[in-house]
Amino acid sequence: MQWLNVILQGVLIGGLYAMFAAGLSLIFGVMRLVNIAHGDLIVLAAYVSLMATQAFGVDPLTSLLLVVPVMALIGYALQRGLLNYTLGDDLLPPLLVTFGLSIIIQNGLLEAFTADSRKLQAGAIEVQTFQLAQNLWIGALPLIQFIVAVAVIAALQLLFYRTALGRALRATSDDQAVAQLMGLDTRHVFAVAMALSLAVIAVAGVFLAVRANFDPAIGPARLIFAFEAVIIGGLGSMWGTLAGGIILGVSQAIGAQIDPGWQLLAGHIVFLAILAVRPQGLFPKVSG
Amino acid sequence: MPEPLLQIRAVDAFYGDFQALFDVSLGVEAGQVIAVIGANGAGKSTLLRCIAGLMHPARGEIVFENTAVTHIPAFEILKRGIALVPEGRRLFPSLTVEENLLIGGQSRRPGPWTLARVYELFPVLAERRNLPAPALSGGQQQMAAIGRALMGNPRLLLCDEISLGLAPIVVRDIYARLPQVTAEGLSLIIVEQDIVQALRAASHVYCLQEGRVALQGPTRDLTREKISAAYFGV
Amino acid sequence: MTVEHATRSSRVGIAIIAIAAVILTLAPYWGDRQTLRLLAEMFTFVALASLWNLLAGYAGLVSVGQQAFVGLGGYVLFALAILFDVNPILAILIAGPIGALIAVPVAILIFRLRGAYFAIGTWVVAEVFRLLASQISVLGGGSGISLPASVVLTMAPSRQMREFEMYWLALLLTVAILAAIFALLRSRHGLALTAIRDNELAAQSNGIGVWNIKFAVYVLTAFGTSMVGAFIFLQKLRISPDTAFSVNDWTAFVIFITVIGGIGRIEGPIIGTIIFFALRQTFAGLGSFYLLMMGAVAIIAMLWAPKGLWGLIVERLGWQVLPLQRHLVLGKDTRGKS
Repeated sequence: MQWLNVILQGVLIGGLYAMFAAGLSLIFGVMRLVNIAHGDLIVLAAYVSLMATQAFGVDPLTSLLLVVPVMALIGYALQRGLLNYTLGDDLLPPLLVTFGLSIIIQNGLLEAFTADSRKLQAGAIEVQTFQLAQNLWIGALPLIQFIVAVAVIAALQLLFYRTALGRALRATSDDQAVAQLMGLDTRHVFAVAMALSLAVIAVAGVFLAVRANFDPAIGPARLIFAFEAVIIGGLGSMWGTLAGGIILGVSQAIGAQIDPGWQLLAGHIVFLAILAVRPQGLFPKVSG
Repeated sequence: MPEPLLQIRAVDAFYGDFQALFDVSLGVEAGQVIAVIGANGAGKSTLLRCIAGLMHPARGEIVFENTAVTHIPAFEILKRGIALVPEGRRLFPSLTVEENLLIGGQSRRPGPWTLARVYELFPVLAERRNLPAPALSGGQQQMAAIGRALMGNPRLLLCDEISLGLAPIVVRDIYARLPQVTAEGLSLIIVEQDIVQALRAASHVYCLQEGRVALQGPTRDLTREKISAAYFGV
Repeated sequence: MTVEHATRSSRVGIAIIAIAAVILTLAPYWGDRQTLRLLAEMFTFVALASLWNLLAGYAGLVSVGQQAFVGLGGYVLFALAILFDVNPILAILIAGPIGALIAVPVAILIFRLRGAYFAIGTWVVAEVFRLLASQISVLGGGSGISLPASVVLTMAPSRQMREFEMYWLALLLTVAILAAIFALLRSRHGLALTAIRDNELAAQSNGIGVWNIKFAVYVLTAFGTSMVGAFIFLQKLRISPDTAFSVNDWTAFVIFITVIGGIGRIEGPIIGTIIFFALRQTFAGLGSFYLLMMGAVAIIAMLWAPKGLWGLIVERLGWQVLPLQRHLVLGKDTRGKS
């Protein structure tokens, strides 16, 4: 029964990892950009939520009403003002610019908030649990986070495949020049994609802030989790990313159960194993 | 004498240091069908790319409906009323046939062309509307590309080598439908290597040779010998 | 018709380098301990940046995980010195081949990733190394370990001799690495590398075994980086997983140096290191604000001067310090047409 508990916890945190990964996957799908600052933006969202809760006295989940639009706006401006200029055939500029951005965000947060560890309080819901069976409990907050993660991914799928905006995103990612001939301003389309990605990051960041301690330096680790979830699941598939997140979460949970120091290592080893044995991921879509 | 719909004056175009167009001038009246013919590398596609805003001439001007469009970016050109059927079709592979058509109409220009009307023109597309674009045959993809451009309700349609890579019978089929396209006054510039079809469809011909206009005139006035001479530059 | 390498500026450049080499070799006689340490630190960064430049600027492999080998080299040195009583200087030499050996399976794994995903893959590998290092309790586990005095004493009898030894070691190591890189670039393989740098697809279609070359460059770079890492931690006399595998110290700074100096040009890392250290001395007390500025400068450089300072100079003036270009010199003999 204990192992079932462990796996269950792993599945639930996998939902959070999948949310980390969804934004990364989206951007790569639309504009072939890998945002090295992705993890730091998640942490930035956590701090924005911190500021919102302190300034307006609201709880973290309510702060989402502010954090999501703020991050989306930041994403639009970032893409339009900076990252659009790095896109092209050369892979160095976007990589190095987003790496520089990562350093800037980390140290900016350090200057503004110090290295102190923070955590947001969500109230009673944090300790609430449901008992599923004898010796099998599920926390309310992790369950909510998982459900929201699945909902976010479902919403993204819907957006991409059932709306005009989604059509525009897919067309632009297929063929920028012809997309322009259809009247699409690709600078704007890319900026909207980044705004979308940061909106997802905003939700992920707030959930991270409520779930665990955070400080300016934890960004890169989130990037790595997001990246591993995407690779395990397979490029180009949102549901694959969910599966990847879950597998990563479960691997870490099992590793932690064997020995607390093995938590992260277990995740990395599973990632490397999948890379070795099935590099295209478990559920890849043909175009990536 | 009505103002021409499109007027190209003394256009020079370059790819880096390589000059592709030399002092090219061309005019299209409303409702007219013009053919631009020439060998590979003569500059035909370059000319269309300049009109469509995918590249810009170094010298000269392009005037559409009395407004200079020489330097406007590609994503604005559809709003002005010019649509391009690109060389090689270039449908969006991640989209279905219907989605490709819908995205052609995403600029919401008013006009007679709707999804229903395009399916009327090319019934085979209606049958395959939910298939991914790459699943279609070459001829069907060409029809979809034309349909996609029509969905933007342009006043001027640019067709870049629509016969490329297609069997003659398919080419004939597509060209047979062109009168339905121009019935309401849509103007056409047809760029072709297939001279026969181009001359049959067009009232005026321009022949490009190594970036220059070597010959122009009403189709009925031009003999086979004159065209051959201009085409090959003998 | 012959292929020549030298140009007028490169002849001048070689002369300058020769003079600089002499001055630097004699540094222990004109510089104080502070200066020697600073110079040694600069040398290690020139070496690390040159190796990263070879990987990213020539082979097109952008790695944000070279700290894996810096730390590996450091830990190999400490393990050999503490557990097996190996002379530290010998341990540096052994760290190279060990780093290369470990780079082989690593490369086979992460070469399955492309572009930016490859970059993050290298980071994951560094993280794995860091986590594994914290599990090794004989080498201090998570908190790290210091080099015992007994080991330090085996290097040289007096402190001053040790300082001199470490300085010359840094200089020698850096010169050796630069020389090796230069020799590689000047060879037939170097031409292939430059072709890959300029246009990978074209290089591949011309029959150049791109995967093999990239693999070889990755392994060789690991060799060099491990040796430099071993030296760095011998100098520091203490190692811990966080310092050994620090992204900031061994990747961020190195990338900054290479980008500012000029990617894909052998002179770039040298220029970049000088600029980096000049900035560091100037803005020493500013802590994280300094890093923030560094990130901003790197971004600006990448957007407006993607070839770095040296790239700008080359474009404007056509200089090259080291004779690496290949010039076709037409007929010193004048048979037939001139």
